[in-house]
Amino acid sequence: MFKHIRQAVLATIVLTVIVGIAYPLGMTYLSGALFPYQAHGSLIKKADGTVIGSELIGQNFTGPTYFHGRPSATTDTDPNDSTKTVPAPYNAAASNASNAAPSSKALIADVQSRIEALKAENPDAKGDVPVDLVTTSASGLDPHISVAAALYQVPRVAKARGLSTDETVKLVQASTEGRTFGLLGEPRVNVLKLNLALDAVKAK
Amino acid sequence: MNASGILQIVVYCAVLLATALPLGLYLARVYDGQKTWLSPVLAPIERAILAVCGVRRDQEQHWTAYAISLLIFNLVTLLALYAILRLQAYLPFNPAGEAAVNADLAFNTAVSFTTNTNWQNYGGESTLSYFSQMAGLTVHNFTSAATGLCVAVALIRGFSRRSTKTLGNFYVDLVRGIVHVLLPLAILFTLFLVWQGVPQNIDAYVTAAGLDGAQQTIAQGPVASQTAIKLLGTNGGGFFNVNSAHPYENPTPLSNFVQMWSIVVLSGALVFAFGKLVKDFRQGRALFIAMSIMMVVGIGLCYWAESSGNPLFEPLGVDQVATDVNPGGNMEGKELRFGIANSALFATVTTDTSCGAVNAMIDSFTPLGGLVPLFDMMLSEVIFGGVGAGLHGMIVFVILTVFIAGLMVGRTPEYLGKKMEAKEVKLAVLVILVFPLSILGLGALSVTLPAGTAAISAAGPHGLTQALYAYTSTTANNGSAFGGFSGNTLYHNTMLSIAMLLGRFIVIVPTLAIAGSVAAKKLVPPSAGTFPTHGTLFIGLLIAIVVVVGGLTFFPFIALGPLVEHLSLAAGTSF
Repeated sequence: MFKHIRQAVLATIVLTVIVGIAYPLGMTYLSGALFPYQAHGSLIKKADGTVIGSELIGQNFTGPTYFHGRPSATTDTDPNDSTKTVPAPYNAAASNASNAAPSSKALIADVQSRIEALKAENPDAKGDVPVDLVTTSASGLDPHISVAAALYQVPRVAKARGLSTDETVKLVQASTEGRTFGLLGEPRVNVLKLNLALDAVKAK
Repeated sequence: MNASGILQIVVYCAVLLATALPLGLYLARVYDGQKTWLSPVLAPIERAILAVCGVRRDQEQHWTAYAISLLIFNLVTLLALYAILRLQAYLPFNPAGEAAVNADLAFNTAVSFTTNTNWQNYGGESTLSYFSQMAGLTVHNFTSAATGLCVAVALIRGFSRRSTKTLGNFYVDLVRGIVHVLLPLAILFTLFLVWQGVPQNIDAYVTAAGLDGAQQTIAQGPVASQTAIKLLGTNGGGFFNVNSAHPYENPTPLSNFVQMWSIVVLSGALVFAFGKLVKDFRQGRALFIAMSIMMVVGIGLCYWAESSGNPLFEPLGVDQVATDVNPGGNMEGKELRFGIANSALFATVTTDTSCGAVNAMIDSFTPLGGLVPLFDMMLSEVIFGGVGAGLHGMIVFVILTVFIAGLMVGRTPEYLGKKMEAKEVKLAVLVILVFPLSILGLGALSVTLPAGTAAISAAGPHGLTQALYAYTSTTANNGSAFGGFSGNTLYHNTMLSIAMLLGRFIVIVPTLAIAGSVAAKKLVPPSAGTFPTHGTLFIGLLIAIVVVVGGLTFFPFIALGPLVEHLSLAAGTSF
């Protein structure tokens, strides 16, 4: 029995050193050397080095001059009561989903109020609301919206920025990523990159 | 459902099939102790580790010694992880200043990772330090997967050897699995993931100014190295709270495709390795076909259900029709880059195997879409299943199948030239009974006691499904969840741990006993009365037995949960 225990303890120690320390730290070193941008979080920085955000992580856009992302179910600790949480959309330090059941009354009510808010913000938008704009993402940090969801917001953004609709649609098209190899995933628009492109137009 | 989605699923299955075969032949060489093209680099590492542990490579073990080595090693790693989680505040690599994990959560997490379940009652980025993730969880992702491989390989040896008392050496098999299989694949996969955008650093959390002025703290960490092995080892515990739905953990459709591939490929390869090692390739092929049929049916059903969208959204004016500019379908709790097809595919393969990683929130799936993952797990994780665990689980069902076929014709059943007698069949039934006992026993207790029901967040039939899913997932050592279920309480941390331990070790020990018993038997040459176990009839019978045992045992609860919810939704009722 003593032999069994000694082997188990030694195996645990030596395997921890190899796959628990050498492997992740070796990979960290190698990744940093080969892919420094991705390894450190794909961060987008201003000229002065300030971090604007990560191109992979969605941000909580609310103003009329920017395209908005999908609803987010992330929360943060309630500043008044640490045992509770309060809604904090796009909290990238605590990813979370609604986990709402499809039959939940609360989900239907949330979707209804999101539709009303979208219609109020986008009076010139046509047609039904694209489903991704009224449902929360799995991570609460989804950086993308569908092409339909971007086009839905075009009249509002164009008006708020004094751009023509055509010009704004062209920006959306330029920011659209197709399926990988024409096959994998869904066509999509990265909201942060699209909004950066909008700001670049203004600067001209 | 649309052509693009179906094409993605077809390509996925084709790539899986094409890669599982060569990898299976490699696995067969590794566990047979033969040289491979990687041996010049890896064999010295293997020898060094075994030398440190004081294990001789030719030291063969009886099944009881093999089981004792396995159990003690797992106990020691469990205690080590518990200690790391409790002490993380005093350990290095903790830039976010995470405090000690409390006792019941630390115990649950330690059990969860030791049993290859990786049930997440913790939120990665908000609970664990980088050290806990690396030296704790990552280590277990390797060791628990390699442990599963050991049991499968021991069982294979039971069938391929004759009139012997020994099954190999646990530590030799363990170290081979890690050094020759898991580690090389994990290294390549890590680099691929980083290339796709998965972070791999030990930086502090980044504070971003935000384009719109909304400041954001962005969690960082050695994500890629852990994500790679979490999938290859069918562990499934996420670096982040939302697992592979997090854009840092699974940033692109391509990373997603390879993640889904890596969940199944080793389990699929092992089935081919099994055929090779028992020197009858048709036996492995038959099991592979049976598993594939059940997998494809599940994928189809889940994809169809999720594409249909939520009927309660229709009257509100929501556009749920899939087009080239709109993913359509039930998008609550799904990521846009994956859409419906990849979310349904991921959920199905992660529960066919015992992986349990998710890229979409199964709690928000439509009732029938969510039933597919639940039912997959109720079938005891034998549709490819966990690395190793899937194959040894399936062989137990094969024993039951040849036994029933033997009853029909009144002959002693045989499998691979070994007679299946009362002892093997009794042990096989014991393994199969663990599932209903744990899922229904502990599940029923938890939907009755107030301490249990407190965790349920959904009203109506969905609430029952949440609790049932939790106990099914932990017993099956899967780890995926209906996330609305708040399992991080003293009651559930304890009960779920019991379910995980039952589902792991009360399966492993009888399986090793079967291996030991079969190894001692003589080889019986096949005769005219032998039921062939490689043909269509056998495949059909095997599938029927797996589905009937799973289906009949759990059907009343499936009816009360997902089916009632489906009918209510169709009638426009919400809860």
